[in-house]
Amino acid sequence: MIEFRGVSKKYGANIGVDDISTSIGDGEFVFLVGPSGAGKSTFVKLFLKMIDADKGHIFYKGYDVTKLTPRLVPAHRRSLGIVFQDFSLLPKKTVYENIAFAMEIVQRPTRVIKRMVPQALDLVGLTKEANKLPNELSIGEQQRVAVARAIVNNPDVLIADEPTGNLDPETGWEIMRLLEQINRRGKTVLMVTHSREIVNAMNKRVIAIRSGKIVRDERGGLYHPDEDDDPLVCARPSEEALPLT
Amino acid sequence: MSFRLAIGQAFSQIGRNKVMAAASLASITAILLVLGVFFIVVVNVNNMAEGVKQDFDQIQVYLEDSVDDARRAELEAQIAALPGVAGTAYLTREEALEQWKLKWGENADLLERMPENPLPNSIIIDVSDLDLASAIVAGVSPLEGVEKVNYSQDTVDRLLHVTRVVQIVSLIIILFLIFISVMVVSNTIKLTVVAREKEIAIMRYVGATNWFIRGPFLLEGVFIGLISAIISATVIGVLYHYFIDRWGVDFLLLTSSSFVDEWFLTQNLLIIFAALGISIGACGSIVSMRKFLER
Repeated sequence: MIEFRGVSKKYGANIGVDDISTSIGDGEFVFLVGPSGAGKSTFVKLFLKMIDADKGHIFYKGYDVTKLTPRLVPAHRRSLGIVFQDFSLLPKKTVYENIAFAMEIVQRPTRVIKRMVPQALDLVGLTKEANKLPNELSIGEQQRVAVARAIVNNPDVLIADEPTGNLDPETGWEIMRLLEQINRRGKTVLMVTHSREIVNAMNKRVIAIRSGKIVRDERGGLYHPDEDDDPLVCARPSEEALPLT
Repeated sequence: MSFRLAIGQAFSQIGRNKVMAAASLASITAILLVLGVFFIVVVNVNNMAEGVKQDFDQIQVYLEDSVDDARRAELEAQIAALPGVAGTAYLTREEALEQWKLKWGENADLLERMPENPLPNSIIIDVSDLDLASAIVAGVSPLEGVEKVNYSQDTVDRLLHVTRVVQIVSLIIILFLIFISVMVVSNTIKLTVVAREKEIAIMRYVGATNWFIRGPFLLEGVFIGLISAIISATVIGVLYHYFIDRWGVDFLLLTSSSFVDEWFLTQNLLIIFAALGISIGACGSIVSMRKFLER
């Protein structure tokens, strides 16, 4: 379970997140939506401990993420899998090596790597592409490699930051099916997205953030027009937003 | 991934970044060469100073010809009681002449031509503490039967002062050079780090420890430092060898002290340079990575 309790983070005068409290249960599938600059990335970065909270606590697996010392941060991140919008594959490594790399750097034994990488490739349906370089793959396939890399260390939580942002709708759905499949295997999935079609079709829990505050949290939620990028909407005080459920 | 893998990665990094690796290798080598010259100067100055100090830890007391054995024994006892005196020895005028002949070597026949021995009998005082030498001189001079006390306090003081200055100046220059080379290495490695920024970001997201990420870069710095150390110690050793061949004898005649042994010096230089080169390389890479590993 992930629990944010009164978490605030400012960047100088700019609000990142403002007194956010919410919790995400094990095995949940959650969309994090909101306009650009609303605090979605701050939310994710705080959980990854890429930045420090000014106030509040983030509980995960019985410890407080905000209190982690630098020595303990790597262990925390190992229990999380991350997929980025821009895939972040290493261009000079093959598909197999890119996935194996995630295991090498956490110093898993070679025999474990040899067993797990093919399993991950199989899950994302890229067994035949194992020896190709990323630029020989389609964009959708590259993102599937990134998903395979994120799950190969068997994390409990998968964080996907706009994983379909650079994909055409059809390829985007491939990734969504993959994420749903991973979720069905018991992993918690937290996905940051802008895609109205995906949010509306998936019928999952939706947490909407605006100006650093959670303005909506509903199960089986839909994407609201307010969550589109609009500087005027962003600037409006959050009291005018839809009520919390 | 293990130490072996980190070594492999360090080498491939140097390979990918040949020009900059060569540039920092050249810079560190150049800096170590200058450092080596200072090192040699300091070591030889120290050596010379030690030699001179040993020459000067004796005070020679010339005795009047009228002093007989009984008076001489009395004098020796009085001198031995002074603080800072380690011991005394009696040197007859004949023994003194023999010593001169030895010192002059080939030119000793000049002494033979003297009609009579011009040297007086003397008492040699071994000084245990050079700082007390002036007090001993002051204590001995007024004693009855003492013709003259021979001790060059000024020379010793001046020499010790010069040695001190040379040591301090060299130390400052050496520290400055080390600082510069750390900067040079850290800049080179920063380029490799920037080139691999994406890889490092992924490593951090996946949960690699900072030391794991640092490893290959650290080794890269260490390799560059070590190779520079070997090159510069060899060059200095060879140059020093030729220098001694060419000027060693002149130096001996001029200062009556010889150069520090070349093998001894080169070996020590290699050890010191290796330690320095490795630390410079390691510090350089840690400095250059600090920003990238903050979180």
